[in-house]
Amino acid sequence: MSASLTTGDPTPIHTIGRLVVNFIIAVGDLTRFLFQTMGGLVGQMPRSRVLWPVMYEVGVRSVPVIAVTGLFIGMVLAVQSYDTLRMYRLESRIGSVINVSLVKELGPVLAATMLAGRVGCAMAAEIGTMRVTEQIDALKALGADPISYLVVPRFLACFWLIPALTLVADGVGMLGGWVVSVQILGVSDHFFWLYSQQFITAFDVVSGVMKSMFFGAAISIIACHRGFHCGNGAEGVGKAATDSFVFSFIAILALDLALVLILNNIYRLLWAVGIPVI
Amino acid sequence: MTAVVRPKSPLNAIAPVLELRNITMEFGAQRVLQDITIQVRRGETLVLIGESGCGKSVTTKLLAGLLEPTRGEVLWDGRPVRNRSAREMHRDRLRFGYLFQGAALFDSMNVFENVAFGLRENTDLKPEQIRDVVHERLREVGLAAAVGEKRPSDLSGGMKKRVGLARALAMSPDVVFYDEPTTGLDPVMSDVINELILQTQSNRKVTSVVVTHDMHTVRRVADRVVMLYPLSRVAPQQPQLIFEGSPEEAFEASDPRVTSFVRGEAGARLKEMYAA
Repeated sequence: MSASLTTGDPTPIHTIGRLVVNFIIAVGDLTRFLFQTMGGLVGQMPRSRVLWPVMYEVGVRSVPVIAVTGLFIGMVLAVQSYDTLRMYRLESRIGSVINVSLVKELGPVLAATMLAGRVGCAMAAEIGTMRVTEQIDALKALGADPISYLVVPRFLACFWLIPALTLVADGVGMLGGWVVSVQILGVSDHFFWLYSQQFITAFDVVSGVMKSMFFGAAISIIACHRGFHCGNGAEGVGKAATDSFVFSFIAILALDLALVLILNNIYRLLWAVGIPVI
Repeated sequence: MTAVVRPKSPLNAIAPVLELRNITMEFGAQRVLQDITIQVRRGETLVLIGESGCGKSVTTKLLAGLLEPTRGEVLWDGRPVRNRSAREMHRDRLRFGYLFQGAALFDSMNVFENVAFGLRENTDLKPEQIRDVVHERLREVGLAAAVGEKRPSDLSGGMKKRVGLARALAMSPDVVFYDEPTTGLDPVMSDVINELILQTQSNRKVTSVVVTHDMHTVRRVADRVVMLYPLSRVAPQQPQLIFEGSPEEAFEASDPRVTSFVRGEAGARLKEMYAA
């Protein structure tokens, strides 16, 4: 120990300590950034000429990529589920398997993942480039608050529009599952929709959409935070974009788990079905 | 240790519009400025010179309130900046125009929108009034109104600087900061920018702070010169601010660090590099 101290070589304890301290600093910094954004939300709403282009970029331009990936996910689910269900002569219930998976989990998570990849990375890179080229300083010098001008519109666009994108992923995924199941694998159209209807509750749809709003908020905050803390040069901008996706993806999965537990318990409490899990 | 030369200019008697008092600035573990005190007097053109990385741009951003110092006090009109509310900061910062090193034009907007940005964000002017102001500012920097439709990526370095200057002047500021206004420009365009700085000074009676390496700019525009030295090469207990005086005094200074810089002589620096 004393040798390590004198030579300055870090021991495993030092390394773990440094990691823990860095993690706490990062979480603290992200939380402060979140509160700054909330502060910006309390003030004046973004001007429409600032908000609309961001909403168009986040909402409208994300539709094709989310629709295509949703379609394929629905198709893959059908192919993968069909053989297993047929072993038990339950292939007529394939609609419920595909559509419940899509509405409760895959739709929200897929839409959020695509948003983190397509929009989150672009946000981090754009804001990072603005930081590196002093455009954020220029905003301040011209009397605009960078949080209100850059972060708040992106936060609102992700928060408001991800539910619509989730519904697009759900709908197109169902369509993909229906095409493979009914048109290719020969499952009855009637039973496909009948079992879907029986197994999907309104709560499933609402909870999926609600989860997506948390994902959207996390994606925008993480992407903008990474952009504001971007290192210098092209390498710094690239790292900010990569970090944005990696951290957003981890946040989506962690939030998904937490929200599933919370929402399921709420469901059980409200409708008195079983005992709360945790 | 070389004593800091204080100017003999009559401007001394005028109250400072901007002041840094015992400023230390650190970025993480890296200290960039140490115990810097600078005053900028109303109506003067103060030029900050020094080697790359000595903290000139950081000093300017501290003066403009774009950065907060680690230690020390920034004062505007004799009042500490930290005592101002967010609203006051916002209002007072609009008195400043800032020409950034790379112009820092907003990529997502065209030239017109860049110049109009401050007016749209901070005034209730009608669109046609904003259009008139933007065209007037573009004309002042020698650009036609048609340039307004262009994107920053379509502009040459000199045009970007001129658009940056038009944007900085759009709100009719009292103080204009120029961060390396002639860096990367050809000699003719550098002189055009110097001329614009002089015209702005004489037509608008503004206070100017200019960061530059260009001694031609120093000779043409400076009322007073301040030289900073990189902290990594300043001996302990020695000041980082190694010269303060008129341009003429800078060219005749006794400190070899000042003379080698203003004359562009690498001798002493090369010896240091080889010794290292």
